[in-house]
Amino acid sequence: MEITLNHYLAVAATLFAIGMMGVIMRRNLLIIYMSLEMMLQAANLTLVAFSRFNPRGHLDGQVFVFFVITVAAAEVAVGLALIVALYRVRQTTQVQDLNTLKF
Amino acid sequence: MEAFFFWIFSIGMIVCGLAVILNRNAVASALCFAFTIVFMSALFVMLSAFFLAAVQILVTAGAVMVLFLFIIMLLDLTAMEHAPRQKLWMGCALVVALGFVFTVARTLYTLPGGTASLTNTVTPSSVPSFGAATPVTPDDTHQIGKLLFSTYVAPFEITSLLILVATIGVIVLCKEEPRSAPGKEASREPKKETALTR
Amino acid sequence: MDIAWLLLLLPLLASIAILVHLHRKPDMAIFASVGSAALCFLIALAVAWGSVPAPASLVWMDFPESAGFPGLRIEAGMLFDSLSKGMLLIVTGVGLLVHIFSIGYMSHDPSKGRFFGGLSIFMFSMTGIVLATNLIMLFFFWEGVGLSSYLLIGFWYQKESAAAAANKAFVCNRLADFGFMIGILTFWVMMGTVSIEPDQLAQCYVHGTQIQSQVQSTLHGVTALIHQSGLITPTPILLTVMVLGLFCGCVGKSAMFPFHVWLPDAMEGPTPVSALIHAATMVAAGVYMLCRTYPLLILSPQGMGVIAFIGCFTAIFAALIAVQQNDIKRILAYSTLSQLGYMVMAVGCSGPDAAMFHLTTHAFFKALLFLAAGSVIHALHEEQDIWRMGGLWKKIPLTFVTFAIGMLALIGCPPFAGFFSKDYVLAVAYEHHPAFYWVGVFTAFLTAFYMTRLMVVAFWGPARTPTAEHPHESPSVMTIPLILLSILSIIGGFIGIETYYHTWAVNQLQATGQLPIDGHFVAIPEANWMIESGIPLLTVLAGVASAWFLYNGRATDPLRITVLARKFYFDEFYDRNLVVGTQMWASVLNWIDGWILEGLVIRGLAYFSVGMGELLKLFQTGSLQAYAFLFSLGGALLIYLTLFAH
Repeated sequence: MEITLNHYLAVAATLFAIGMMGVIMRRNLLIIYMSLEMMLQAANLTLVAFSRFNPRGHLDGQVFVFFVITVAAAEVAVGLALIVALYRVRQTTQVQDLNTLKF
Repeated sequence: MEAFFFWIFSIGMIVCGLAVILNRNAVASALCFAFTIVFMSALFVMLSAFFLAAVQILVTAGAVMVLFLFIIMLLDLTAMEHAPRQKLWMGCALVVALGFVFTVARTLYTLPGGTASLTNTVTPSSVPSFGAATPVTPDDTHQIGKLLFSTYVAPFEITSLLILVATIGVIVLCKEEPRSAPGKEASREPKKETALTR
Repeated sequence: MDIAWLLLLLPLLASIAILVHLHRKPDMAIFASVGSAALCFLIALAVAWGSVPAPASLVWMDFPESAGFPGLRIEAGMLFDSLSKGMLLIVTGVGLLVHIFSIGYMSHDPSKGRFFGGLSIFMFSMTGIVLATNLIMLFFFWEGVGLSSYLLIGFWYQKESAAAAANKAFVCNRLADFGFMIGILTFWVMMGTVSIEPDQLAQCYVHGTQIQSQVQSTLHGVTALIHQSGLITPTPILLTVMVLGLFCGCVGKSAMFPFHVWLPDAMEGPTPVSALIHAATMVAAGVYMLCRTYPLLILSPQGMGVIAFIGCFTAIFAALIAVQQNDIKRILAYSTLSQLGYMVMAVGCSGPDAAMFHLTTHAFFKALLFLAAGSVIHALHEEQDIWRMGGLWKKIPLTFVTFAIGMLALIGCPPFAGFFSKDYVLAVAYEHHPAFYWVGVFTAFLTAFYMTRLMVVAFWGPARTPTAEHPHESPSVMTIPLILLSILSIIGGFIGIETYYHTWAVNQLQATGQLPIDGHFVAIPEANWMIESGIPLLTVLAGVASAWFLYNGRATDPLRITVLARKFYFDEFYDRNLVVGTQMWASVLNWIDGWILEGLVIRGLAYFSVGMGELLKLFQTGSLQAYAFLFSLGGALLIYLTLFAH
């Protein structure tokens, strides 16, 4: 069978949905963060797929992905630093213990 | 041939993704995530994004996941491995995920074959449709480089600035207060306050 | 600035000064109030002499005429014509005398500063009514006299009966003023102006006759036959509504039946108040207003008939009640009602000059009577029941003589002023319809009867109580106004007031310039000595004689006519039917206001908002998972709906 754009998009969507499930389901902060990363990567796959199937052959999608990977890396660094700082204060990474912002 | 590889890599990626979210052990999750990235890079190669495949493995699987593993091992997570699963939240998450997938599937379903009608509604008919993949040349690195330093030079420079800022931010965030010599336990209390107010 | 504005400004400033500060310093208050009254009187003399011109009016709003809108011009101005000059002299003159009398009468009262403030507000408002150039300005000052009447009747507000009487007066007036407002609005709609200047009224009269002839030309069938037979003049209904509306204002202010109930209760106020407001000036304001708008009134013969009937009925009604009253001030109050009935009847019988003449002389002798009664009350230390007086003619002779002069003037004994004015009124009534004349004659009999009863019981015979044994004569500050008023009552018929008003009335006729002087516009009675003077004189003598024989030397009242003594049970009737109903309605509305409007709507809305807030607060669980779930759910729904919802 021919692999068209739709297939790649469907796969990327499935990965995105799996990432979303991880964010909602897991209680460990680090796993949640990892799932968030997975959602970003799914978006990357989508972008590359579109860039590949672009009739004019432009590589703008890939340049976009380049930047996304860079920024995602920086963001992961900062986010993990925050998690570490939070762990120092609360001695926990369970998300249900971080519930002071409530009524 | 192409289809075979596509299916292998995609199913591998999906299974590893599921493993990430279903695993109790955090280290195992992190390793599975690394494998997911590897499979994704394979898909990138299939999509003729060679440069990006390499970059993905280098940065995400190589640097980001290693960082994750460092932090996982830094924090003591053994107690959480035995916590019971929350059925309610799993159900909710499944609902949302299925809803999302359903939306995407329906979108893709309404577009015949190779998203021809989608492009037809958006672009003029003189432009060839998305249907077939265009011929591939292996010098995408060259082309990306050209684009980066001509059209997208501004985001490029700003991104470098952003990485600098992130570095400084991480250093500041992880700095520990200098401990006063006597009474480490007593000094823990004020340390908590200042960390909160930081 | 024109000097004429001082007529209004001086009493207003005096009252404001008293309100703000001077009520704590009674002597300064007296000086301010009496001083302003005196200056106003002098300026009024100058106005009457003709040396003060009318000032330019200050325009408040002036909308020109346009399609569907008759145009409206409301201004504050002063009208100086014969009618207003005469009334102005009465108001300021009698007002000044009452002010002087009050200095003595209220000398022992601790809050006399407030009293003089009330008197000044009254002078301001009454002068405003007299000089008003348009009905809106008149209405404004109309309410002003109502307010000052309320303040002065309820002067001794700690007394519950006084406070209740003040409320009653104000409510009665307010109800009648509603009708007055309808009359003013109808007048504006029909004539396109609210101005009551004589030239303007002449134009309105012409306009009204045109409307009438238009209506009459479109008659057909039965109504045309009636018109041709001359029995009834068909009048457009709006003209009659206008006339009756304007008359309604007079009914309230001049206490005509059925709004008469407030005037006897108004005697709860101090006696100078009764003299000034409820005898000489305020209650006469209604009659003045009728005379001022006279060219409008005659546009509706049906309206004139109603006016004459109510005036006549009030006259005899009040006279009957007065026969059985025992409070000296109430007798005088009912006699005021009766005389006002005469005046209104005169207007209704096309005799505005007769009405104004009687108004003038009535101001003199009724004020005199009230002030003299005040002197008696003061002498006997606040005793008001005539059956507890007696033998006063020897002990307070000056008061007795002045009272007697007033009484003779009231009953119509020649050569006092009341004789001439009352006979003129009766002559005009006879000219219109003999029934009015005979009722008026019978009322004159009753007037003579009850006034003689009052004189005999209060001043003659033995002293009936120890207090009456030792009265003290009033100080001169109180007796000088009495003397001045008695002089006026004596000479009132001879100084040409009658011709003054007659000239005014005829000139009004000529101002309209349309009608022949055949008695249709202003009644000019035929000279018939018997009708005009003879029969009334005989009835007066009969009344005096019968009262003398009945009451001389008695210790208690031989006549016991309960229905008269209880004022035909009118107060009870109103109380049971109107007051109770209104209070029930008021408590229903109060319940609605408290429970439904305040409780349900206002508080309900507030609690609803708070409740919604409490409900939404539950979303803030602090749980990251919940937030993430809701966020992605919302996002998914949004994307789905954007793509697939049509």
